[in-house]
Amino acid sequence: MLAMSPTALFVFGVYIGCIVWTCAISFTSSRILPNYEFVGLSQYYRLMATERWIVSVHNMVIYGIAYIGGCLIIGFLLAVFIDQKVRFENTFRTIHLFPYALSFIVTGAVWQWLFNPTMGLERALNELGLPVPGIGMLSNPHTAIYALVIASVWQGAGLVMIIMLSGLRSVDPDIWKATRVEGIPHFQTYLRIILPELHPAVLTSVVMLGIAAVKIYDLVAAMTQGGPGIATEVPAKFVMDHLFGRANVGLATAAATLMLIAVLCLLTPLLYLTYFRTRRQQ
Amino acid sequence: MKTLLAALFSTLITSSALAADLTAKVMHPWTSGGEAAAAKVFADQYTAAGGTWIDMAVAGNDAQLAASISSIMGGTPPTATHFNTGKPFEDLVSGGLLRDVEAIASSEDWRGVLPKIIVDAITADGKIMAIPVNLQTENWLWYSKEVLQKAGLTGVPKTWPEFFEAADKIKAAGFIPLAHGSNSFWDRFLFQKVLVSVAGPELYLKVLSDRDPALLKDPKVVDAFETLGKLRSYVDAGSPGRPWNDATNLVITNKAAFQIMGDWAKGEFVAAGLKPDVEYGCSLFPGDEVVIMSGDVFVLPKIDNADATAAQDLLAHVMFAKETQLQFNIKKGSNPIRNDVDVSSMDACAQHAAAIQKDPARLVPNPQFVMSNDMLGAISDVVTKFWNTPSMSPDDLAKGLEGAFASAK
Repeated sequence: MLAMSPTALFVFGVYIGCIVWTCAISFTSSRILPNYEFVGLSQYYRLMATERWIVSVHNMVIYGIAYIGGCLIIGFLLAVFIDQKVRFENTFRTIHLFPYALSFIVTGAVWQWLFNPTMGLERALNELGLPVPGIGMLSNPHTAIYALVIASVWQGAGLVMIIMLSGLRSVDPDIWKATRVEGIPHFQTYLRIILPELHPAVLTSVVMLGIAAVKIYDLVAAMTQGGPGIATEVPAKFVMDHLFGRANVGLATAAATLMLIAVLCLLTPLLYLTYFRTRRQQ
Repeated sequence: MKTLLAALFSTLITSSALAADLTAKVMHPWTSGGEAAAAKVFADQYTAAGGTWIDMAVAGNDAQLAASISSIMGGTPPTATHFNTGKPFEDLVSGGLLRDVEAIASSEDWRGVLPKIIVDAITADGKIMAIPVNLQTENWLWYSKEVLQKAGLTGVPKTWPEFFEAADKIKAAGFIPLAHGSNSFWDRFLFQKVLVSVAGPELYLKVLSDRDPALLKDPKVVDAFETLGKLRSYVDAGSPGRPWNDATNLVITNKAAFQIMGDWAKGEFVAAGLKPDVEYGCSLFPGDEVVIMSGDVFVLPKIDNADATAAQDLLAHVMFAKETQLQFNIKKGSNPIRNDVDVSSMDACAQHAAAIQKDPARLVPNPQFVMSNDMLGAISDVVTKFWNTPSMSPDDLAKGLEGAFASAK
C-alpha cells in the first residue's frame, strides 16, 4: 500500500486534477487566459452549432473505424505470415514494426510527399504512363480522410502484428496437432480456432488503436492541416487550434471534455467485457 | 532629443556595466529563409549594443503563440515575445502580464514617428505596451515576369476581368495561374484581398468591424464573393496544405504566374537571388490599389528581475532604432514602422508600398485589428471550406459568414 501511494498521489493529483479543472473551465467564458466566470453550457451549445466541430466528429468516427479495421486485418495477416516459420523472421519483423518507430509527424510528411499530385509518387507513376486510381486523394475533400487512414495503417499495422504474433506464439501447440489430425485447412484453423483464442490480443489492439484514433492530431497537422478546406479536421486539432491560436480556452476545453467522454464510451464496454470474462473464468 | 538618447545610452551602459547580464531570450516565429535572416538583424544589433541574444524561434505562428502563452503562464516568460499587431495580445494586457515600454517610447518620441492606427493598436490606458517593428502589406500580387511574357501578356492586369483573361491565357500556355498553399490561414488572405479590391476599402472595413449580416447582401460584397469563387479554378491540384513558401517557389521557378501573399514572400525572392522589376514583380492590383496593413510587435512580459528589465529596455531601444528598422525590414520584406526612415535604399516594392501607405484612405488594417482571433478563426473556417468546395456558391459563403458572425465572440 505504502509503495503505491506516490503513484496514487500522482494519478489523483495530476491526471484527475487536470481532468476536473479542464471540465470546470469548459463551463466558463475563458478566452486566452483561464477565468472563472461561469456561463453554463453556452460553450457546448456553440460547439454543437459549429460546423467544423461536427465535421471533426464525423471524421473521427470514419477514421477510427477504418484505422482500427485496417490495422487489425493487415496486422493479423502479417502475424500469420511471420508465424509460418519463414526464414529471416527477425528481419521481417523489424521491417514491419519499423514504421511504428517513426513519429506521426514524419509519417505525415512522407505520405504527404507521396500523395502530392504535383511532385509525389502519383506524378512519377503518371509520367511512367501508369495511371493511378484514386489520383489526387489529398486534394479531394471526399477522399483526403482515407489518405490519412492509409498513412496511419501503414504506421500502426506493425504494432498490431507484434501483439498478434505474441498471441499466436502462445497458442497451445496441441491445438495445431489436433487440427492436422482432423484435416482442417490451415486457413479455417486460423479463422475459426486461433482467432477466437487471440481475444485478449485483439482487445488490447482495439483499445490502443481506438484511443490513438480519438486523439489523432499530429498526423493531420503534418499531412493535411485539416484541409482541403475543413475536410480532414479532427477533434484534437479543434482543441489545439482553439486553445492557443484562436485564444478560446473555454470552447477548447468543452471540446476536450467531449473527447474524454468519447474515450470513456470506448473504454467502458471493453473493460466491462473483460471484467465479466475474468469473473466467469474464475 | 540627442541628450535624451545620450542619457539613455549612459544609463544602459552603466546598468550593463553593473549588472553585466543583458541576456535576452526572444521568442518569434520566423524560421523560413528570409524571415530567419531578418531575425538575425535584431540579434546582431542587440549583440552589438552589448547584449546576449538567445534565439527562441518556434516554427508556425500558432505554435509560437502557444509556446509564449505557456511560458508566460508557467512563470518562466521569455524576455520578449512576438505577436501580431492588433487584438491578439489585448487579453495579456488586461490580465496585467505585460510591462509597458512607455518610458523609452516617450523619451524616444515613438508617437511622433508612428502611424496613428499603430499607436492606437498598441496603447492601453495611455501607455505603449509593445514594440512595433514593421508595417507589412498583406495583399501583394507577386508575379513572374517570364511566365507573363511566355503567356503573351505585356503587363500585370489592373482589373479583375483583365486578371481572369490573363489567367486563362496563362493556363493555356501550360503554367499555373495562381500559386497558392491552401489552408484556413492562407485562404483568408485571398478572401481579404478580393474583398478590399472589389468592394473597396470602406466596405471592407465595415464588413469586418461591424459584422452586420445585412452588409453581406451589398451588391459589391456579393460581387467580391463571386470573384473569389471564380478564382478557385485557377490553382493547381497540389495546392491544399502546401506551405506558403513552396507556393512562392513556384513563382520563383517560373512554374506559376501569380501569388497573392504578404510582403514576407519578398524575402524568398531575395533569398533566391531575384530582383524586383527584373525577374519578378509586385503589384497591389487587380482592383482598388489599397494596402492591407498588418505588423509584428514584441511584447515584454513582466519579469521581477532587474537584469531582465534592463535587457527589455535595451531590446526596445535596439529594435526601434532607425538603422535596425531599415536593415531588418530590408531582410523581412516589410516596411519600417517609423516614418522617419529613409526608404530610398529599399527596393521598388517597399517604396511603392510606402507611397500608398501615406494616403490614409488607401491604408486599411488587417482583420486582426478589428476582431479577436476567435472570430477570425471562425471566419477562416468558412472561407477555407468555400475555397475548397467548388459546389459552394457565393450565397453559401455569405450564409456561412453570417453563422460565424453570430457564434464567435
